[in-house]
Amino acid sequence: MPYVPHTTADTRAMLEAVGVSSMEELFAEIPQTLRPKSFDLPPGMSEMDTRAKIEDLSSRNNTSLVSFLGGGFYDHYVPSAVDALISRGEFYTAYTPYQPEASQGTLQAIFEYQTAVSRLLDMDCSNASVYDGGTALYEAMMMAVRQTRRVKVVISETVSPIYRILLGTYTKNLNLELVTVPHASGATDFAAMEKAVDASTACVVVQNPSFFGCVEDASALFASAKAKGAVCIVSAYPVLASVIKTPGKMGADIAVAEGQSLGLPLSFGGPYLGIMTCTKAMVRQMPGRIVGRTTDSQGRTGYVLTLQAREQHIRRQKATSNICSNQALCALRCLIHMCLLGDEGLRRTARTCMENARYAAGKLSRIKGVTMLTHGPVGNEFAITLPRPAQDVCLAMIGRGFVPGFPLGRYYPGLENSLLVCCTEKHSRRDIDILAAWLEDEL
Amino acid sequence: MSTVFEKSVPGREGVWPDAPEHDMGEMLPADLTREAPAALPSLSELDVVRHFSMLSRKNYGVDSNFYPLGSCTMKYNPKFCEDIAGLPGFSRLHPLLPQLPRGDELTQGALEVMYETERWLCEITGMSEFTLHPMAGAHGELTGVLTMAAYHADKGNKKTKIICPDSAHGTNPASAAIAGYEVVSVASKDGIVDPDALAAVLTDEVAGMMMTCPNTLGLFEKNLPKIVDMLRSVDALLYYDGANLNAIMGKMRVGDAGFDVVHVNLHKTFATPHGGGGPGSGPVGVCEKLVPYLPISRVVKDPSGRFHLRYDYPKSIGYVAPFYGNFGVVLKAYAYMLRLGREGLIRVSENAVLAANYMRKLLDDVLEVPYDRICMHEFVASADKQSHKGVRALDIAKALLDKGYHAPTIYFPLIVKECLMFEPTETESKQTMDEFVKDLREILAQAETDPAAVQTAPVTLPVTRLDETAAARNMHITQDM
Repeated sequence: MPYVPHTTADTRAMLEAVGVSSMEELFAEIPQTLRPKSFDLPPGMSEMDTRAKIEDLSSRNNTSLVSFLGGGFYDHYVPSAVDALISRGEFYTAYTPYQPEASQGTLQAIFEYQTAVSRLLDMDCSNASVYDGGTALYEAMMMAVRQTRRVKVVISETVSPIYRILLGTYTKNLNLELVTVPHASGATDFAAMEKAVDASTACVVVQNPSFFGCVEDASALFASAKAKGAVCIVSAYPVLASVIKTPGKMGADIAVAEGQSLGLPLSFGGPYLGIMTCTKAMVRQMPGRIVGRTTDSQGRTGYVLTLQAREQHIRRQKATSNICSNQALCALRCLIHMCLLGDEGLRRTARTCMENARYAAGKLSRIKGVTMLTHGPVGNEFAITLPRPAQDVCLAMIGRGFVPGFPLGRYYPGLENSLLVCCTEKHSRRDIDILAAWLEDEL
Repeated sequence: MSTVFEKSVPGREGVWPDAPEHDMGEMLPADLTREAPAALPSLSELDVVRHFSMLSRKNYGVDSNFYPLGSCTMKYNPKFCEDIAGLPGFSRLHPLLPQLPRGDELTQGALEVMYETERWLCEITGMSEFTLHPMAGAHGELTGVLTMAAYHADKGNKKTKIICPDSAHGTNPASAAIAGYEVVSVASKDGIVDPDALAAVLTDEVAGMMMTCPNTLGLFEKNLPKIVDMLRSVDALLYYDGANLNAIMGKMRVGDAGFDVVHVNLHKTFATPHGGGGPGSGPVGVCEKLVPYLPISRVVKDPSGRFHLRYDYPKSIGYVAPFYGNFGVVLKAYAYMLRLGREGLIRVSENAVLAANYMRKLLDDVLEVPYDRICMHEFVASADKQSHKGVRALDIAKALLDKGYHAPTIYFPLIVKECLMFEPTETESKQTMDEFVKDLREILAQAETDPAAVQTAPVTLPVTRLDETAAARNMHITQDM
């Protein structure tokens, strides 16, 4: 049978060595009353038939649409070398590096990943990744709560609504107060946030660029929040972090990001990775695995998992977090991707995305009845307001093979006519021209 | 080996995207623009390929080494599953598509994969419904505990405590704690949960108990029916940590046995690779009375056979993941289950248990095996005898590395002295196990005659023993820090 190597003779010899006469005898301790009431599953299939079935399923997804969907998850080009390197079995069939001498490959790669994302977000240090950008944001918030022993979290409504729902789920049974500061015409309301910060505030949370695509500067908010003892948190978009003012320069204590845009396919929502970086002062509050450089018994450089006293396998219920596994292979993809592009390549990608978005924003906002929702500078994503419900327009455009963007009314009551439009380097000017022409046609 | 940053040569080009037409200054005001570059490496594509190829050679993986790492189920991962996860029909799918008007129609294939995977997991575990959202086992635990909390809150139960056996994985108490519960530990007796000890801590304030069965000693929890009754009597729920599911497929369904919530580690039982520490996937199944509290979205099938995502469950705990979990990992598990089918999954468990017992028998005269009876898919041994002569479990682990094996799990569970936990899995041949045991016996013999040699292992790997204390003290965790 597949993936079990034993011949009949092997099985017989092993049963004999154990001292039982049948497989069934191995399970004698499970009483009959606990045996399955049913185990009604289909019979197995050959590899060829399994593949054919799943290929058929894959063809029932529509991937031929020209899509301007973003919302924090972006379709960037991934160089072939990323897939080639990640396919090496020594990487993807390895376990967590609990035996460092036999895991220097994984460990050094994580050390390099930690360095790369720290430099990109302009922060002191990083962990080896957590599940996704949303859990990273939640863990950041909990770091602030532990550090300050305060209970109030001030978060802007321009932070991804998907992440904000997730924070609500996680904190339902905790003694925390989540204060959401409404957006002001798509912009982060820095003044209102500043006012919301008081002596009970554990942290302020912003996103840059915001969910509406706006590039903003939280420096002033951070300075005043810090003066009141609050921790400052940014949720960032790592591709644009290569060109816009960094979380570090704004004075963030913790910067997190969804790492998907650095070399991972969209893959219907995962696996992705949560990038987590912070200042040196907060590192002992940071959850998850961290790799440190050290020396071996002969003085040579080597790498190990470090600061494990924070982790659940040592501290159990007193750990900084319950997180055990991370997204190591995704982090490796992200590192390889960054190494292939280099600084200049990443900056070029970011600028091309922004250039395309500017071009699209110009085209779309010239259509009669279409206005920009926000007024400040944008990155690679922007929000427009249409003369009628964005859902209807979106549906009609899908009929033409175009997803024009994400209807914001799904998460922002009152913005039912608004659409979030995203561009990456994969969009051609022609795609954008057609989008504009057909949208005009529909309106 | 120097780092990728040390290899960087300013000006060298790897993958070089076309230059955009505009400079940053034309697009953003200076005060919103990054000042100094991020200092990522500048390398050629070959530099990068060679660097990471060299790094991979400094790693043990299942493809290259026997990996008897207890509780981790490091079985062989079929190669075709990797291909399938890369099919563009799945990998190019944007997760927001189903949230668009009639978006379900654009993603029928992916939704069917999710729906069918949930059906399989329900049948394997005997639960009513599953969610695929949790992105790892510990994330599944948190999701499960939050679901339990929502149930109690909805019923108006005042519950503040979760019980965890002393043999539990560390994630269990950690998950219960971050969900807002006080954690109560209960001591084992003869390696399994002791009903008398449980009775001593079981009060109306107990929301539930987290268990695995077989437990982390590889033992079946014989008092399970009694434990279930005890918990029911105070309306506490029983949570199953699926880390050890590989031992019981087709032999016991945790739903039938009385568990109310279960998480399954797709990356263990269903042969999706561990990736050096992730990504995993930790779907959660619940019994009927907990279904209303599952996270959203939920995938449903209508009478015409079409699949839809639904969000309108007013009692749901909400989102635990931005979308539908680690879909790519789920896809590999689905392919694996289809490939093996009913009989294949049963044989997985039978052969996993056979292999563990076979190795236990081959070792029980040289290592102390504290619970030397039929075990499930893993067993623990103790190097207590050897440690009196100066050779500890850690030394034995390192000596195994020298022989080309990944070491077993050591010092877990915490309740066994100088613990070594072995899990050969169903995919290792008798010959591999025989060879491993022969090499391990050699190490144990050497521990008698030349303990210093074992204590200084490994000597054949890229590095010798690493100074973990210095790493924690000096905290050199990036190139710059």
